[in-house]
Amino acid sequence: MIEVDNLKKDFGTIRAVRGVTFQVEKGDILGFLGPNGAGKSTTMKMVTGFLPPTGGCAHIGGHDIQKNPIDAKKLIGYLPENSPLYQEMTVFEFLSFIAELREMRSREERTTKIGRVMEICHLGGVRNQPIETLSKGFRQRVGLAQAVIHDPPCLVLDEPTDGLDPNQKQEVRRLIASMAEEKAIVLSTHILEEVEAMCTRIIIIAKGEILVDETPEALRRRHPRYNALRITLRNGETAQMQEHFSSLPQISEVIAEEHRLTLIPRDGNKIDDLIFEASRDHGWPIQSLEKAPIRLEEVFWDLTQKTASLT
Amino acid sequence: MQTVLTIFKREFLGYFRSPIAYVFLTVFVVASIGLTWFLGNFFASNDANLGRLFVFMPWVFLFLIPAVGMRLWSEERRSGTWELLFTLPVSISQAVFGKFLAAWGFITLAILLTFTMPITVGYLGDPDWGPIASGYFASILMAGAYLGICSLTSSMTKNQVISFVLSVIVCMVLVFLGWGVFQDLLISASLPIWLVDAISNFSFITHFDPMTKGLVTLSDIIYFLSLIVFCLFLNVLVLER
Repeated sequence: MIEVDNLKKDFGTIRAVRGVTFQVEKGDILGFLGPNGAGKSTTMKMVTGFLPPTGGCAHIGGHDIQKNPIDAKKLIGYLPENSPLYQEMTVFEFLSFIAELREMRSREERTTKIGRVMEICHLGGVRNQPIETLSKGFRQRVGLAQAVIHDPPCLVLDEPTDGLDPNQKQEVRRLIASMAEEKAIVLSTHILEEVEAMCTRIIIIAKGEILVDETPEALRRRHPRYNALRITLRNGETAQMQEHFSSLPQISEVIAEEHRLTLIPRDGNKIDDLIFEASRDHGWPIQSLEKAPIRLEEVFWDLTQKTASLT
Repeated sequence: MQTVLTIFKREFLGYFRSPIAYVFLTVFVVASIGLTWFLGNFFASNDANLGRLFVFMPWVFLFLIPAVGMRLWSEERRSGTWELLFTLPVSISQAVFGKFLAAWGFITLAILLTFTMPITVGYLGDPDWGPIASGYFASILMAGAYLGICSLTSSMTKNQVISFVLSVIVCMVLVFLGWGVFQDLLISASLPIWLVDAISNFSFITHFDPMTKGLVTLSDIIYFLSLIVFCLFLNVLVLER
């Protein structure tokens, strides 16, 4: 649905995007991650046809965004960063304006479509309020409403939950997830938990280059503590256990903290069976066994810091 | 065409969503009629025509049209809404044309609101309506040319003040080139007459004056229209960057 091929963008002598390539199909939610200034928004602006690329191309539903922009843009719903809106218009006027430009010619059609998005985005209460008087959360929802008013097959959302409170964030995420099946969605964010919660694929971009393009699970696998387990013993005597596991080739590291051991497997392999077996053989009184928590932030930090130090 | 109309409608009604429209219309009418009466001695002149209204038009336009035109694109750039607009299925030329027409329509409304002047001369005397009609036609046409320049300069910056100053300067040059005082200055600097004439040919006034006296020629109309088209063409190029 969205095909991006070797997109590049120069601003003067600075190369902001250095050859970005990816595809998004129907049913995909692609999370675009990266530090500030990594080239996320620039890429999105090129994909949606706002900025002309210095090199490469983007196709939306088979239409080249540069050569056939009008047809390509008809297939996209786009929420730009910070959701810019015509402040002096009321929510209804604004959505009518967008609907008209989206070629909904008859009044009935517009009213139906506007009614639908107002319901989805919970905007009914502010229908006739000027946009400038709305809170940030409402503005973001108006931005989202205009992006989905024509029920587009492709959605490009630049930081859709930026500046929202936790409840609003949750609501917007739910909204996006509810549309996922029927659409190809690209969204950018700084918030990793968001990507984990929603995305089927993650692209991490830094200094204008794609560092990884994989599933959240595969990204998690990059964490040094992937599949690591924490064991707590009832009697708290972990010395023997520590000695045993340290000698096993499947375990790369054993970390002891008070009555608890953290076992880090080599190459991220599963070690549950190994532990059960050993505790049965030695009669260790295991009180609890849990997965060591993995923070994707650490993977992200690791990946993006590496690029930073390379340049 | 439908797209242009949609953009026109939003933009035109946009003026009336804020106090801008009312302030502008009031200032325009008060300034143009005030200058005619007080500086132009309209009443004392005892002439049943509107020459004294039209003679001030280039000067009133000089400051008031940039005030309308400065926000055309600067505002879109500052607030980021141009990103929204240009990712909708709208071509840049449609957007430029739609916005230009809206501002032109708004200024036309301002010009037509001086209708009390023709009513006054019609009541007090027996005017020749031809030059009055052609004068209004010329004013509207010239307003379009001013606005073309303003639209172009406002597309170049996100700062409305810079946009305003730039358009005032460009328009001022185009007014001065045909202003009698400036021409006398050029002649006294011993420039040949043909050169002074050629320079003044670029001016608004040179093409505007004959029309206010009832002399409508195709070349004058083409001057204004080509200036509009040229500016809007550049405007599209700037936005396509």
